Amino acid sequence: MEPVYQLTNVTKAYSGRQILNIGQLDIYPGEILAVVGPSGAGKSTLLRLLNFLEAPDSGSIYFNQQPVNDQNVPLEIRRTVTTVFQNPALLSGSVTANLLFGLRLRGQNDGQKEVGEMLERFGLAALRRSPAHTLSGGEAQRVALARALILKPSVLLLDEPTANLDPYNAEMIESVIRGINQTHLTTIVLVTHNIFQARRLADRVALMLNGEIVETADTQTFFENPRDSRTRRFVRGEMVW
Amino acid sequence: MLATASSRQVLSLETITTGIIQGLKLFFSGDPALWQIIGVSAQVSGAALLLSAIIGIPLGAVLGLTRFPGRRMIQALIYTGMGLPPVVVGLAVYLLLSNNGLLGPLQQAWIPKLFTVEAMIAAQVIIAAPLVIGYTMSAVGEVSPNLRLQVRSLGATRLQALGATLWEARRGVLVALIGGLGSILSEVGAVMMVGGNIDGSTRVMTTAILLETRRGNFELAISLGIVLLGMAFLINLSAAQLQGKGH
Repeated sequence: MEPVYQLTNVTKAYSGRQILNIGQLDIYPGEILAVVGPSGAGKSTLLRLLNFLEAPDSGSIYFNQQPVNDQNVPLEIRRTVTTVFQNPALLSGSVTANLLFGLRLRGQNDGQKEVGEMLERFGLAALRRSPAHTLSGGEAQRVALARALILKPSVLLLDEPTANLDPYNAEMIESVIRGINQTHLTTIVLVTHNIFQARRLADRVALMLNGEIVETADTQTFFENPRDSRTRRFVRGEMVW
Repeated sequence: MLATASSRQVLSLETITTGIIQGLKLFFSGDPALWQIIGVSAQVSGAALLLSAIIGIPLGAVLGLTRFPGRRMIQALIYTGMGLPPVVVGLAVYLLLSNNGLLGPLQQAWIPKLFTVEAMIAAQVIIAAPLVIGYTMSAVGEVSPNLRLQVRSLGATRLQALGATLWEARRGVLVALIGGLGSILSEVGAVMMVGGNIDGSTRVMTTAILLETRRGNFELAISLGIVLLGMAFLINLSAAQLQGKGH
């Protein structure tokens, strides 16, 4: 199976500080890849590169066999990938306006039916007209995820989507992530601090440390029989950061 | 001594009271001279604000959102422009447009002539545009970088992302326009210099107030003052309403 993403020798630095140094990373269609690691490991930077929001300093990124190394990625490719960030950056306006935003960018002005379905699915129907700034953290994160999914992306990038959420909202979001992966075969890259969540959701897990991918393995191997000693320490909870 | 000062005070108060009453009468009677001045003022202010917005909002947005070498220098120039003394602007425009100036002798259709409404608009734009640029720059800079990133992640083109950021910063942009309009409405030095305060042609409210006060025609001066204040109040009230709707 051809990977959706192929990253080779990708580096990224800010103000002279190396943030990413990835030798090789392949991401396959329809999989859920969890990227775990401590804060500052470069996980969020990796997501920005995968979403074509930034370009690598060196190395190559291929997306469906097409090079996407600079910021001039064609719009039709960019629009197949979207990110839900840790802090749900909602636009001012109502919940409905937020869900319609991405559709309107694509020239679709008649998305009320899709919005209605998505609001039902996320338990947000009663909040359809609520201003975004009045929502709780859990509601806002559900809106952010619904706003991404209404665009039917082929790749969904999730940056700590359930951090700081209560168990009810976290479980609902996990259930939706699992559901869209199974029904739409959406490729999902999930950045998480929560190794239990990675274990519950992911097909494969990658450990990032200091901008490098230490190990990538299927979920069972990653947690039960990791190759790298750092991964063993990480999964045992011995790695302090 | 005391009696004289007191009688002067009473006289002054009477003058003001009479001036206000006469001024209101003039305004509501539709006095042609008064309304002609109001018309020219509205024309100059409206055109100057529109041009300042067309120049200032996109430029402010780009300066607020992009990073490039020399940006700080441009920012410093904009901030300097926000505090330009109007008479200096008037002098510069006068020197540029006069027959012996840099642009005047070129005799091109797009170059305004001195002592015309167009010259006054040009001076007003030079005064107001830096304010619109500066305030817009600050307003878009306050939109969360996460939100800007999210907008792009949702598939916005650069132009769409710019539009969405401006929309998110709309209250700050409105303040930019109010600031620009405030400077235009209150300006007197530059428009006097490049417009010449010609009766029936380039006389606006501020220059007319100055002239009528010097002449001792307090009724007309007060009437114009009331209209100017009223206009400023109504514009700011509308802006406050618009800002409130966003919340």
